[in-house]
Amino acid sequence: MRHLIDPLDFTRAETDRLLTLAEDIISRPGEYAHQCDGKILATLFYEPSTRTRLSFESAMMRLGGKVLGFASAENSSAAKGESVADTIRMISGYADIVAMRHFKEGAPYVASRYSGIPVINAGDGGHQHPTQTLTDLLTIRRSRGGISGVTIGLCGDLKFGRTVHSLVKSLVRYENVRFILISPEELRMPGYILKEVIEPSGHPYREVRDMEEVMKELDILYMTRVQRERFFNEEDYVRLKDSYILTPEKLALGKKDLAVLHPLPRVNEIAQEVDSDPRAMYFTQARNGVFVRMALILSLLGLTPDVLEREEETC
Amino acid sequence: MLNIDSIENGIVIDHITAGLGMRIYELLELQKLDTCVAIIKNAKSEKFGRKDIIKIEGVMNIDLDVLGFIDDNATVCTIRNGKLVEKKKPALPEKLVNIISCKNPRCITSVEQVDQVFVLCGEESHRYRCKYCEQEYKK
Repeated sequence: MRHLIDPLDFTRAETDRLLTLAEDIISRPGEYAHQCDGKILATLFYEPSTRTRLSFESAMMRLGGKVLGFASAENSSAAKGESVADTIRMISGYADIVAMRHFKEGAPYVASRYSGIPVINAGDGGHQHPTQTLTDLLTIRRSRGGISGVTIGLCGDLKFGRTVHSLVKSLVRYENVRFILISPEELRMPGYILKEVIEPSGHPYREVRDMEEVMKELDILYMTRVQRERFFNEEDYVRLKDSYILTPEKLALGKKDLAVLHPLPRVNEIAQEVDSDPRAMYFTQARNGVFVRMALILSLLGLTPDVLEREEETC
Repeated sequence: MLNIDSIENGIVIDHITAGLGMRIYELLELQKLDTCVAIIKNAKSEKFGRKDIIKIEGVMNIDLDVLGFIDDNATVCTIRNGKLVEKKKPALPEKLVNIISCKNPRCITSVEQVDQVFVLCGEESHRYRCKYCEQEYKK
């Protein structure tokens, strides 16, 4: 039985086949509308989420399946002190597959060790969010026709942003990817990502402070939010926050076929005037999240046997 | 001067950093052996000034994996028929189970009763990461 806990649990070949399946679902949704008839997805969300939970539920419903679960720890037996291991053993008798979000890092991994059904990590604290990574990869692939050869600018909070760390780990498995890391000094990419992930891959990267100077080089601009609480003092935040806001003027410096991505929610780091630009792909990206989760559910349930290798250790 | 007999067949863990002998004794669960075991603390060492030594008589197949993590100064000597037949430095284990604990308050191990598992992520720099939250262990 396979699970998805870390974005790298799937090989590159498996990931590519999953993205191909997601693209097929986009082009022929009717073919998949009853693939999960009689199946149940449990959404165990120990902390609130709008997009991720609803996209999982939408994905299962679009496949013909049903959904049960809870949307916060207060509404679950965790409030009575039940362990993750016990909860998942119980849920294994109620559902066919689980999507779990938990405020504790590593909780979905614990669940996968005790579960009788596939577990999907729907976000564990500041740690991993693998279905966001798959969504990002699908959006990059659909915007350019492929992932290899891409020059990607990762912009904003590269220190604490779990989505950029997971995305980098996945992108280094593709050929000729170039990274441009755009962030304030305080929010630089952690050293271990540079030393343990990017440098061993041999892919070129450079760190810059200024978004405008690199805009014309980028195929993909991946925006993240610079959060006030990440700074030690208010002055630094005020000084830097506007540098990392994407405006129509800055976007005008970019290529015609640039794609702007953002994991959302957006606060003010992308001006609303940018939304109407055809290069703004972040709402398409959110929609892609449903299709990629449909492909994932089908694959983990073994309903599309050619996507994932069978009986492989995943963690 | 304290004298401990040489062993005929067994293992001598030598050059243990002074003060770590008891910790290694406990982690290797040597108290469970019913053979003769000697711990020598603060022995004279030309190289380090002081060292600890553990001598284990009559046992050859002890799982010494954890030793490389606790003390990479230590040397493991195998004695057969009173002669030194092998001398080696312990390797760093790929995985540590219930040897160290994760200090990340956001890690699931802070609230759930599960094994504390750490995985080697940098052999040269002796770095380990928690299997659950991937936070690096800091001594």
